[in-house]
Amino acid sequence: MTWNRDMLAFLAFLALAIAAPAAVYPVFLMKVLCFALFACAFNLLVGYVGLLSFGHAMFFGGAAYISGHVVKVWGWPTELGILAGTACAALLGLVTGAIAIRRQGIYFAMVTLALAQMVFFFCLQANFTGGEDGIQAIPRRPLLGLLDIKNDLTFYYVVLAVFCAGFLVIYRTIHSPFGQVLKAIRENEPRAVSLGYRVDQYKLLAFVLSAALAGTAGATKAIVFQLASLTDVQWQMSGEVVLMTLVGGMGTVFGPIVGAGVIITMQNYLAGFGEWVLVIQGLIFVVVVLAFRRGVVGELMAWWRRRAGG
Amino acid sequence: MADDHILTTDGLTKEFAGFVAVRNVALRVRRHSIHALIGPNGAGKTTCFNLLTKFLRPTRGRILYNGRDITAERSADIARLGMVRSFQISAVFPHLTLLENVRIALQRTLGTSFHFWRSERSLDALNARAEELLDSVGLAQYRDLAAVELPYGRKRALEIATTLALDPEMMLLDEPMAGMGHEDIDKISELIRKVAARRTVLMVEHNLSVVAKLSDIITVMRRGEILAEGTYDTVSRNPEVIEAYMGTGHG
Repeated sequence: MTWNRDMLAFLAFLALAIAAPAAVYPVFLMKVLCFALFACAFNLLVGYVGLLSFGHAMFFGGAAYISGHVVKVWGWPTELGILAGTACAALLGLVTGAIAIRRQGIYFAMVTLALAQMVFFFCLQANFTGGEDGIQAIPRRPLLGLLDIKNDLTFYYVVLAVFCAGFLVIYRTIHSPFGQVLKAIRENEPRAVSLGYRVDQYKLLAFVLSAALAGTAGATKAIVFQLASLTDVQWQMSGEVVLMTLVGGMGTVFGPIVGAGVIITMQNYLAGFGEWVLVIQGLIFVVVVLAFRRGVVGELMAWWRRRAGG
Repeated sequence: MADDHILTTDGLTKEFAGFVAVRNVALRVRRHSIHALIGPNGAGKTTCFNLLTKFLRPTRGRILYNGRDITAERSADIARLGMVRSFQISAVFPHLTLLENVRIALQRTLGTSFHFWRSERSLDALNARAEELLDSVGLAQYRDLAAVELPYGRKRALEIATTLALDPEMMLLDEPMAGMGHEDIDKISELIRKVAARRTVLMVEHNLSVVAKLSDIITVMRRGEILAEGTYDTVSRNPEVIEAYMGTGHG
């Protein structure tokens, strides 16, 4: 039953996404999709394992640099560029995750933040990242050597496909035997241990999956904007994804998509206010934490359940 | 006669920054017995439990389970060896259904617990066994309820069903009756007696009438040390035990 409801919601989203370019310009939509995937990947960790990472920018931004470099300098095709970014993010997730999951709660967040800062300074200093300039003018090579993606509208549908693939991987993970164990760990970790689960291994796999998909999002974003820069790896990016997930609804399947949509729209349309966007974002954050702790989708679902329950 | 004991400890000691919570404990748990660990608050019973199940690392001493040294094993692996514990606060997965709660314990045997690409419907194969287990503790009709909605006594029953799903050789129950009403106490006592038929049970319990009724052997602890050991009749006549419980005498 839940499955059907989620499926319907997903199909509705898909229909909306397919029709959207008629009303909104594609580059903006692609940006929303990239961040939505990023937030969904982040949510897999915080919403379903209960691990709050404050360093997810390292996977998002790191993958952006990798895909930018291999496409621009090594001349790799687009699809391999995105895959390379994903693979490197997964590898980075394996290493950082193995260190971070030894700690819990706030200490886990601090360790991920510290590691992400190390990655940031590496990106600032390394040669291939172009320092303050970043990697610019990343070419959009034809997809699979056939499909021309220089046209934004065409590329939008490719990005939509990438998003859907990533989203379905996350959805399946949540609703898999592995996902059941993750929920058990989130609900009561000592009990999961006492039932014989080596919880660190489960957390690590979840961390790697989350990192890899955050990488997919970052790599795709680099191709969309033809740019990989320090903005993508700095700690504000890690904060932004927390905000998106919180606004949309932590631990809900569709919350992060809504959250990403809201935050990106705000940044875009309030850009005229300059630095004030940050103040407004901060305010929204405070309001959400105080009044809508379940986020937009979480509150809607709770309201729906109350109504259904009488 | 050595293998008559399923669990033995030698010189088991735990120090917390100078404070000795458990001192030189030599425990002998006979196979297929119900063994109770009692003592006044702060006697080190729960610490002992945590040491046995590796939730705490002993400062000194050795733990043997089925003749095998498990002092250096990890908690999760202790469970895999057949020694499963419960907790003082009822240990259920609150927002999973009763069926899912039991299934979590069963699903490790499928060997697909890391399969993130497989549908959770593959777990439905375990439903019949899970329902059987729920039925054995009288919870079958609530299978689709979230565990958080159960009253306390029934949570405890669910916890026992989940533990039984692992078919453990030895169960460690930390205050199974804590916070329960009379009716529930009778039910859970009956349940413990039933499941202990083919297993060994080691429990910490404050309710002395339960201890008297259920246990074959009782170890009394005080200030981290074993004070007395024996059947309820011998232990309850021991003047030192009476003193420990009444709190009179020197000190």
